[in-house]
Amino acid sequence: MPFIANTDEQRKEMLDAIGVSSSDELFADIPKDLLAGELNIPAGKSEMRVISDMQKLANRNANNLTCFLGGGFYDHFIPSAVDALSNRSEFYTAYTPYQPEASQGTLQAIFEYQSAICRLTGMEVANASLYDGGTALCEAALMAINITGRNRIVLDSGVNPIYRNMIYSYSKNLSIEFEEIEVKHGQSDRAKIEAALTDDTAAIIFQNPNFFGGVDDFSDVVEMAHAKGCLTIASVYPVSLGILKTPGSMGVDIVTGEGQSLGIPLSFGGPYLGFMATRMKHVRKMPGRLVGETEDTNGKRGYVLTLQAREQHIRRDKATSNICSNESLCAVRAIIYMSLLGKQGMHDLAHTCATKAEYAKTRLSKIKGVKVKKTTPTFNEFTLELPCDASIVVSKMIDKGFAAGFPLGRYYKGMDNFLLVAITEKRTREEIGMYAEALESVL
Amino acid sequence: MSKLIFEKSVSGRKGYSLPTLSDSEAACKLHIPEKYFATEVAELPEVSELDVVRHFTNLSLKNVSLDANFYPLGSCTMKYNPKVCERIAAMDGFSSLHPLLPQLRGGGMLTQGALEVLHDTEELLCEIVGMDAFTLQPMAGAHGELTGIMLIAAYHREKGNKKTKVLIPDSAHGTNPSSAAIGGYKVITVPSDANGCMDMEAFEEALDDEVAAIMLTSPNTLGLFNPDIHTLADKAHAVDALLYYDGANLNAILGKVRPGDLGFDVVHLNLHKTFATPHGGGGPGAGPVGVKKSLIPYMPTSQIVKRSDGTLTLEYEREKSIGYIAPFYGNFGIVLRAYIYIQLLGKDGLLRVSENAVINANYIQKKLQDKYDLPFSRKCLHECVFSATRQAKNGVTALDIAKALIDRGFHPPTIYFPLIVKEAMMIEPTETESKEDIDSFIDAMLEIAELAETDPESFHALPLTTPITRLDEKKAVKDKKFTA
Repeated sequence: MPFIANTDEQRKEMLDAIGVSSSDELFADIPKDLLAGELNIPAGKSEMRVISDMQKLANRNANNLTCFLGGGFYDHFIPSAVDALSNRSEFYTAYTPYQPEASQGTLQAIFEYQSAICRLTGMEVANASLYDGGTALCEAALMAINITGRNRIVLDSGVNPIYRNMIYSYSKNLSIEFEEIEVKHGQSDRAKIEAALTDDTAAIIFQNPNFFGGVDDFSDVVEMAHAKGCLTIASVYPVSLGILKTPGSMGVDIVTGEGQSLGIPLSFGGPYLGFMATRMKHVRKMPGRLVGETEDTNGKRGYVLTLQAREQHIRRDKATSNICSNESLCAVRAIIYMSLLGKQGMHDLAHTCATKAEYAKTRLSKIKGVKVKKTTPTFNEFTLELPCDASIVVSKMIDKGFAAGFPLGRYYKGMDNFLLVAITEKRTREEIGMYAEALESVL
Repeated sequence: MSKLIFEKSVSGRKGYSLPTLSDSEAACKLHIPEKYFATEVAELPEVSELDVVRHFTNLSLKNVSLDANFYPLGSCTMKYNPKVCERIAAMDGFSSLHPLLPQLRGGGMLTQGALEVLHDTEELLCEIVGMDAFTLQPMAGAHGELTGIMLIAAYHREKGNKKTKVLIPDSAHGTNPSSAAIGGYKVITVPSDANGCMDMEAFEEALDDEVAAIMLTSPNTLGLFNPDIHTLADKAHAVDALLYYDGANLNAILGKVRPGDLGFDVVHLNLHKTFATPHGGGGPGAGPVGVKKSLIPYMPTSQIVKRSDGTLTLEYEREKSIGYIAPFYGNFGIVLRAYIYIQLLGKDGLLRVSENAVINANYIQKKLQDKYDLPFSRKCLHECVFSATRQAKNGVTALDIAKALIDRGFHPPTIYFPLIVKEAMMIEPTETESKEDIDSFIDAMLEIAELAETDPESFHALPLTTPITRLDEKKAVKDKKFTA
């Protein structure tokens, strides 16, 4: 069903009005020899049939595994009101709010989203969203290069390895130099970082909590960087900011992150939400859309897309970024989520995740041969050292009904026996207990 | 005045419930040193669930949306978004699937349904636009453009070609020059001719050995098809410059012509335009990229491959790949909706899309061309571009006309784009609009044209029916108030 309303009779009326006898005449500019033959794709199906076919496909995906897998993407609970509100078609069937009088709903929601991201990260200005946490980090790197006029980036290896790979891909055609600093005992290596920060370094990029789950206070790294005139970029997990020190209070210059944990389903990798926040002094170099407050002709408060001279539709090849469509609906979900959780809720959620993770660490460290590093403080994710290859353990755990975590050997040399385990508020004490028993049985 | 959610905050009010910790969990102390903790809690709103529901419901009512209003925003293809796509995307088997599962040993077998959606979509898109391979990873059109430019750069690097420039017509979307520049190329703008197509003479003059690619959309942003496209492709290929297709306007030729058959080497599609996925108030969209054989080795990590036993897997190690451009498989939820749309339409349905979109646009063009200036008076394809120069002489600009349309219950067309048309109004009705709704729009436009003659002064106060009147955009720039 192509969702076309007009009947044959109406089409005929319209063609008559246009002054042609058939629709083919409207395509007359296309040389005949370029016209496509019949497409080799199946005939259309009924709605009922499509639902049943798609249900079969959905059933071939494992949605019955108990999830201890994180790696930057978490199985958090999504309150019902998030779906109910973001499913309002006034939000999801509108487009970019170019006509502010007809788009105050989206504009105000995004203004509130920007505000909430600033409050959560301790920063001064946030954009209206970027595609995901990875592209947001890439944009931040380019932004730092643009601000400083330098072309060297120092990258902490505690940054999500997939994001690091993305940064390398994006900079392949630009002359950017990288130095990667290996983490030491699960934390950023201060001595090596200090040595790597030179007068021609644009920025240092780190992540908190880092990919191994370790939390840190990067205030000293920020000081080191600023002493050399380098900017600092932090990729953060927003839920952790319910209890952890904000990057803003550490003095960080650009903050990015993946907003998936703010009410967005895992959905096999997207759509997600890239957020970015920075200092006011850098706002003109910030990529992406930005909503600002103003007044209408009667002095009534309203919201518009602003500082558009940074953007591609005005500045073309001189724009701060090529981004046009962003992840607006995901940002709307995030502000709904953050409003529901609210001040106390974000704190309690973070505290619950961290407490459950501590419980899991204690429980799992009782298993013979399993070690948990006690020295590195963690938030909701931590690294287990197993007596054997973690990837094999994970495959055995799948048979027991668990997505047991992420084997670090995939991205880190010499870490084949290490498993990254994530805990959210959804994991019950019973599930953690069953996980421990299953792990014990497969080792 | 509409309050912000923060202004509705009441100390101590809650809109959430968390599971209670068991005693043994609660007994666990956090092993996080004091200095790592925040000293204060973020000032998020303290509101009840009903506060939140009422706030965002009322906000939503301040949007003009496709489901409620005719939305002929040119170049954006605001066609109807079938509800069944939303229903299926919400199925647990899709929405709760963790993207790292395929990276676990044995985990790929647990995502066969999702991988099949991706694999089949790649094949369907290849067939629909005549390309040899697709990646679904780019998360929007501009992201697709950058990916395409990165593929082109990798191709030239491998061949040892010294390429420094990308040619782009002056009618192009801003994302084209921006993507080319961020991809490391110098942008050369080629002017349009009197017919609205890229000027062939200027093109040939600009074309030399250093041109890496030519980025085009077809039909172009004026809704016009360049009949010389094949000659243009031959000339480009003669200097090993690749032809890039910006799929923003694919809806015009869907099923009729395949960009791959026109000589394009790289294409990006906007699934949120042609394939009916919701625009989300500005995204998320999806911008898959298709390539000809010669560019397949450079496709981004990872690629879906079919094993001999028919199961699907992901390949991560490809020597010449441009690497990761997205963390996973792109905006899966959006690709999924586009896949469902293709299932619903099938080959006959897809053909009817372009036919009806083009009839609707030409009908509007015909009905309005006596009252509004038509800078290029040819038959258009899926959109028509008028100029409000005649009305502007009376002081009624394209912006004024847009606001008058809002008062009459329509979302305005795209205005002031393409940049090469003064006072441009770009109208794209799409195939899903009925003759009755189009006729109402035409009547409104004719009435507005009349009013622009008789009472031009009245326009400056418009719109009058919206929650706010015209906003002071300069004040927004000056005040720089971006947070509550």
